Amino acid sequence: MDLTVRNLAVARGGIPVLAGVQFTVSPGRALVLRGPNGSGKTTLLRTVAGLQPPFEGSVTGAEDRIAYAAHADGIKSMLSVTENLSFWARVFGTGEIAPALAAFDLDALRDRLAGNLSAGQKRRLGLARLMVTGRPVWVLDEPTVSLDAASVALFAEAVRAHLAQGGSALMATHIDLGLTEAEPFDVTPFRARPQLSHADEAFL
Amino acid sequence: MIALLTRDMRLAVRAGGGFGLGLAFFLIVVVMVPFGVGPETALLSRIAPGVLWIGALLACLLSLDRIFALDWEDGSLDLLATAPLPMEAIAVVKALAHWLTSALPLVLAAPALGVLLNLPPAGYLWLILSLAVGTPALSVIGTFGAALTVGLKRGGLLLSLLVLPLYVPTLIFGAEVARRGAEGLAVATPLAMLAGISAGAVALLPFASAAVLRINLR
Repeated sequence: MDLTVRNLAVARGGIPVLAGVQFTVSPGRALVLRGPNGSGKTTLLRTVAGLQPPFEGSVTGAEDRIAYAAHADGIKSMLSVTENLSFWARVFGTGEIAPALAAFDLDALRDRLAGNLSAGQKRRLGLARLMVTGRPVWVLDEPTVSLDAASVALFAEAVRAHLAQGGSALMATHIDLGLTEAEPFDVTPFRARPQLSHADEAFL
Repeated sequence: MIALLTRDMRLAVRAGGGFGLGLAFFLIVVVMVPFGVGPETALLSRIAPGVLWIGALLACLLSLDRIFALDWEDGSLDLLATAPLPMEAIAVVKALAHWLTSALPLVLAAPALGVLLNLPPAGYLWLILSLAVGTPALSVIGTFGAALTVGLKRGGLLLSLLVLPLYVPTLIFGAEVARRGAEGLAVATPLAMLAGISAGAVALLPFASAAVLRINLR
């Protein structure tokens, strides 16, 4: 099932930031959003994830199929790495956390409290959560922040494996992951025009 | 849902989770009352039900702002919102976890503190019963308040101002059950009112909390 976005307009704080966005992400494919800071990538991803309603247009194929990862990893510092992951595995009704630990090289850290992890290790734990959700569509907002080159390679490998299993991914990132399945998608042309009233036009 | 409940309980009892803070606060307030009003046992036993109820209510209030704020700060709330759990279930589980970790210890500790205030022997059963029936309403109303103020910086004070007036009916009928019980009068009517308030709050407020959370997450 495709993730389809039709004529989508998204707003942040009541002000439209993107309008007329159209794309489709098929199983096995990834779409990489590009655009300068403040261009509305995060708002677009939150709308696709269902955290905020679309201003206009529609998102189909997203309901209960999305695993969302944002800037914050949602990690409890007083729980161990294993406890954090098992919690999400139980919430999403999947059992196995071992493959996720292995894929993100967290085996050696499994009994460490998450509060004692470095920023990059926390991020890896946050990304490992995606694998235990069992959801087919990954929606990722800057997933590679604070990762070193080796961890970025682990992440790219995890995305590749996910796509090979028929999953799909929609992500905003500035780093080239070297994925052949990924298509870039520039959001700049979809910037919403500032809505001016007639009174303002007289002064232009 | 059980996963979320066990996680919240586990977080509450780990370091920095705030478990026991409310209980210690309750203890201190109740211990300080005799210092304030003087050592007259007759007066103390008259005001004991009311003091115990107010103490329990304020102790409950202490831990309310943690219900959603911590999950909001570290991003878990966004992730829970995209999880298969409906938002209403999240609100119910959060209220239940608050009740189990904050309110239930107060219910169990109240009889011991009743001794300090010279509560008449007939009052103990009704004190425990009124707290056991009334505190679920405090937790559910508090969860609604926490949902309203999630995401606000320093929302704790606003939360208290919003929630305390909503606690008034529970306090009136809860303290009335304990007082009438202590004086050996019939308690059926206030107890039924108290149970009605709790049942209504538990049934309706999770929907309100969920609606408010959805708006606050935007």
